[in-house]
Amino acid sequence: MTDLVERAPAGDWAGGQTEKAVRPRTGGRLGHVVPWVIAAAILLAAPQIFTSGGSLTMMSLMGIMIVFALSYNMLLGQTGLLSFGHAVYYGLGAFFTVHAMNAVTAGRLPVPLAAMPLVGAVTGLAFGIVLGAVSTRRAGTVFAMISLGLAELVASGSHILHSFFGGEEGITTNRTKMLRLFDLSFGPQIQVYYLIAVWCLICAVLMYAITRTPLGRLCNAVRENPERVEFIGYEPQTVRLTAFCLSAMFAGVAGSLAAINFEIVNVSYLSLHQSGVVLLAAFIGGIGHFVGPVIGAVVVTLLQVSLSDLTEIWQLYFGLMFIAIVMFAPGGIAGLAMMHGPLIRAGTAHRLIPSYLLALVPALVMLAGLIALIEMAFRALVKAGDGTAMTLFRIPLDVAGPLPWIIALLVAGGGFLAFRATWPRVAEAWDAAATAAKEA
Amino acid sequence: MAAPAVELSGVTKSFGATQIIAGVDLAVPAGERHAIIGPNGAGKSTLFNLISGRLSPTSGTIRLEGADITGQRPAAINRRGLARSFQVTNIFPKLSVWENVRCAVLRAMGYRPIFWRGIEHLPGVAARTAEILDSIRLGHRAAMPAGMLAYAEQRALEIGISIASDARVILLDEPMAGMSHSESEHATALIREVTAGRTLLMVEHDMAVVFGLADRISVLVYGRIIATDTPERIRENRAVQEAYLGVAAA
Repeated sequence: MTDLVERAPAGDWAGGQTEKAVRPRTGGRLGHVVPWVIAAAILLAAPQIFTSGGSLTMMSLMGIMIVFALSYNMLLGQTGLLSFGHAVYYGLGAFFTVHAMNAVTAGRLPVPLAAMPLVGAVTGLAFGIVLGAVSTRRAGTVFAMISLGLAELVASGSHILHSFFGGEEGITTNRTKMLRLFDLSFGPQIQVYYLIAVWCLICAVLMYAITRTPLGRLCNAVRENPERVEFIGYEPQTVRLTAFCLSAMFAGVAGSLAAINFEIVNVSYLSLHQSGVVLLAAFIGGIGHFVGPVIGAVVVTLLQVSLSDLTEIWQLYFGLMFIAIVMFAPGGIAGLAMMHGPLIRAGTAHRLIPSYLLALVPALVMLAGLIALIEMAFRALVKAGDGTAMTLFRIPLDVAGPLPWIIALLVAGGGFLAFRATWPRVAEAWDAAATAAKEA
Repeated sequence: MAAPAVELSGVTKSFGATQIIAGVDLAVPAGERHAIIGPNGAGKSTLFNLISGRLSPTSGTIRLEGADITGQRPAAINRRGLARSFQVTNIFPKLSVWENVRCAVLRAMGYRPIFWRGIEHLPGVAARTAEILDSIRLGHRAAMPAGMLAYAEQRALEIGISIASDARVILLDEPMAGMSHSESEHATALIREVTAGRTLLMVEHDMAVVFGLADRISVLVYGRIIATDTPERIRENRAVQEAYLGVAAA
């Protein structure tokens, strides 16, 4: 495939370049404001478009997940720190928020619900400072292992400290009993949605702003080459720790929002599973671009909610999707999209559409075959007690006979072969579009 | 008289039982361009690693402008005014050339890793970054990821990052390694230009560069400095000829 970024030709440098340095284009003031205005408009308008109660709940979850995944990417994408324990700050933020809400209600203190995410922020920040000081001394595998150890420590500690964490049942609260501003009770989900949306937007703007500060750029430098950072006079550990604390702070806000949304917090908030979900969301969306975790949070929440309605083994599909992304699109969904940026700007991207459609059809066929195989195997092996008759894609079938298996195998295999046959066409179209983009 | 820019006394470094640096005394006065030459394995890079804080000496003291910096961390030594480049190109490959230099410029202008001020609005940083890029002739590459630069350009960027931190003492570890003849001529002129008014300590194998650039030369053989003198006198020194130049000429 044709690379869009051309390598500098060798021998050019000694040729005595005289061209002056220009600060690389950063999009200008307008370029920074417009995407945020669009984001705010989407958040504002979404409940008018998706009006059902279910979609309102789902969008609330998406908002929480966006904050959580963006905070995670401050570590993984920006600073190169792979954490297996980010749920610690999310969960502790949620627990402290619930207790704070109950204390405010009991004491009739004049604190509105909308301010409660600050409790999560302070909690996340405080634990980030303490646990970050321990874990950010080293990067790489050491950091990852320490994060895993701390997560396990906190998770198991939460099972023991029953009075604070409430065990499996958790701690409940009532968000409607707090000081009312503008007559908002926060009883209806729509009010909670807008509360989450506002906090989500504030956090996202702040996290984006941080990427454009000395800290943000030094985080990138530490990710790329921590040793070189030392030799330009900065301590990589200071940079890592600062990023870690801020990341924990925003994770705490996400935890607060979850506590407000569900009005119940239990130990599963602190679990390794929760830490895994945020990793998956950030990675599936793409850790190389700021908007990646936002896409990932939306996709993962959508899948969690809708797939779990369709199939019992949705987590299996979730895992398979993650593996596919890691193997074939390590830049995530955002990475795939960004790849087309130069082509779209040059106006040659539309030339790819026919070949993409051509590849999509057999890919869907292959996918259908694979899903059939997985579902039939699940029925035959795990759910044998329910009998061998089942319905798949609205087609009744019996997994006891060989016919459904043969058909599913043929569909999956045939789909794969046809899909593979389309790859050269896609590559050809890509090269043509990229070459045309360069000439344009 | 002012303290030397860099002063080593009785510096040794051992890795296990192997002594790499066997007692080095060296004083480089401020403003001097000083080259360290010697056969492969003489310990030149180790000496640079000791001075810049990448390694701690086993014994002896290292002073920077009179202050003891023995065993200090690289970042602390850098903040005291010493910057270095690396023999193996050591840059930020995925960041743009502009970012590479800007990170070093930030430090030089005294900015800590703060998160409450936009980097684009810090006064003077952009101008200084552009100035450095122009001086290393990479102005036209500002937006390119550093890893995509041609080899000689990466070497130039390596020097650029080192000088961007505005250090008074610059250590360059084989800046011409792997460059073509015309590129290294070009780089010599560049180094002369960008280190004007600073103290330069340089390890280099290219003798044309060394004799053209250095005010004084030290010859390091098996972890010891066997001679320190002007280029003319070093060329005539019999011990040096036997230990090093003779080998190179053969």
